[in-house]
Amino acid sequence: MTTSPQRVQSAGDRYASSRLAVWPTSGVASARSMQTAVEERTPKVALQDITLEYKTNGSTLVALDRINLQVKAGEFLCIVGPSGCGKSTLLHLIAGLQRPTSGTILIDGKPVHGPGTDRILIFQELGLFPWLTVAENVEFGLKMKGIPKSERKLKVGYYLRLVQLSQFADSYIHQLSGGMRQRVALARALATEPDVLLMDEPFAALDAQTRDLLHDELERIWAETGRTIIFVTHNVREAARLGDRVAIFTFRPGRIKREFAVDQPRPRQIEDPAISRCAKEILGDLREEINKSLEQEYRVS
Amino acid sequence: MVARLHIWPPYLFPPPQGVLESLWAGFADHSFWIAIAVSMKRIAIGYALSVVIGVALGVGMGSSKFLEQTLGGLLVSLQSLPSICWLPMAVLWFGLSEKAILFVVVMGSVLSVTIAMESGRKQLPKIYAMAGRNLGARGFKLFLFVLFPASLPYLLTGLKQGWAFAWRSLIAGEMIFVSLGLGQLLMMGRDLNDMSQVIAVMILIVAIGYIVDGLIFRTFERRLQYKWGLTSAT
Repeated sequence: MTTSPQRVQSAGDRYASSRLAVWPTSGVASARSMQTAVEERTPKVALQDITLEYKTNGSTLVALDRINLQVKAGEFLCIVGPSGCGKSTLLHLIAGLQRPTSGTILIDGKPVHGPGTDRILIFQELGLFPWLTVAENVEFGLKMKGIPKSERKLKVGYYLRLVQLSQFADSYIHQLSGGMRQRVALARALATEPDVLLMDEPFAALDAQTRDLLHDELERIWAETGRTIIFVTHNVREAARLGDRVAIFTFRPGRIKREFAVDQPRPRQIEDPAISRCAKEILGDLREEINKSLEQEYRVS
Repeated sequence: MVARLHIWPPYLFPPPQGVLESLWAGFADHSFWIAIAVSMKRIAIGYALSVVIGVALGVGMGSSKFLEQTLGGLLVSLQSLPSICWLPMAVLWFGLSEKAILFVVVMGSVLSVTIAMESGRKQLPKIYAMAGRNLGARGFKLFLFVLFPASLPYLLTGLKQGWAFAWRSLIAGEMIFVSLGLGQLLMMGRDLNDMSQVIAVMILIVAIGYIVDGLIFRTFERRLQYKWGLTSAT
């Protein structure tokens, strides 16, 4: 696999280095070549006929209907859809926190049977632990894995630097701003070094400037750590800005309506005209579904 | 002031200096120190036991519908029973031993902890458990590192109440069940018709209750508020 310079650093180098990553000058080219190299391998995540039904007072609600989806290693996949289409639920299924009614989820070809630290979900509400400091939050997953203390300390230091929160290591969660909390959640998830990072509308509650900033950071961190990311959002521009590929979900039952490749060089900017064009095209497809969800909402209320 | 009026004879209503003298004498001949040490040791063991049992019961009831429905109502009605009512049972089971006193203390305070833990677990946002499982915590680790610390703010009120109940039960138990301790000292004051000593011991009992609340629980509470960013006590 051709990689950017950051990826060939040894693990020891990475933790010991206090240098923050910068984009390689050849970033565009290396991102391209990496994608082509990865294409032939077995998918990192494969969803096969995932169906999820809820039974409520005798009636059955189909939340997800035969979802088939493949994500390559190192790929950044965005899932967009109207609220209530089951896209967050799909992440819970991949994380192993919930079981599908039928269908199989494969990670590296192996079926998922429960939560595992190879896949970490960043919740919409984050779920940071208020009784722990920032550093202890980041350390949590490592502690659960039984990693020795000295190694934990190195890793926590490394990931706090990665999200630029080193000065806040000893702060408690309530002392941080929304964007900082977001970065703690990201560091906590990355620290366990999962192959797959699942992100559930993580930036929805943030103001536009903070969100733009975190987009840049996430893109940088993604390039540096080489993780596979599945990112759920209802923000079409965000999806076009971040994703290698965007999957559009239908409203109830959730199905994949269309997959959309965003063939744009990185690092990207949210203002790029090409990104706007992509977003517009995705939105055109999505509009119909949003209308359906709104109609249903009005009918209920 | 009231004592100065000489409405009651000094042996029924002693002047403050009489009480102070009793306090001084009690500490000087070590009888107060011994009583405090004995009582504190009992309360430490009894309270620790009831916290452990209470938390375990509360968690059990929070996670099992069967336990909740069978034990839940019973526990609330049992709480209306004054803890000293357990003494006859304790004496018959354990005889006149330390165990009997501990039993009364535990029975007096365990329910507050249980009820607080149970309701704490119910109010606890689901996100903490999910986040914990997601990060690889399961079983006992999930409880110890996530569920328990997450429910501490809810549990704190129960822990405080449990402490107060435990302290009261202990003194009541010691008064009836004569074997050292502050309660026994209080009864000795009665037997010797020494009102100064009675009042001196009562002051001690209140003072210890106040000090424990102020030093241990307030500090704990402040620490919790600081960490969680809570503005007022739970």
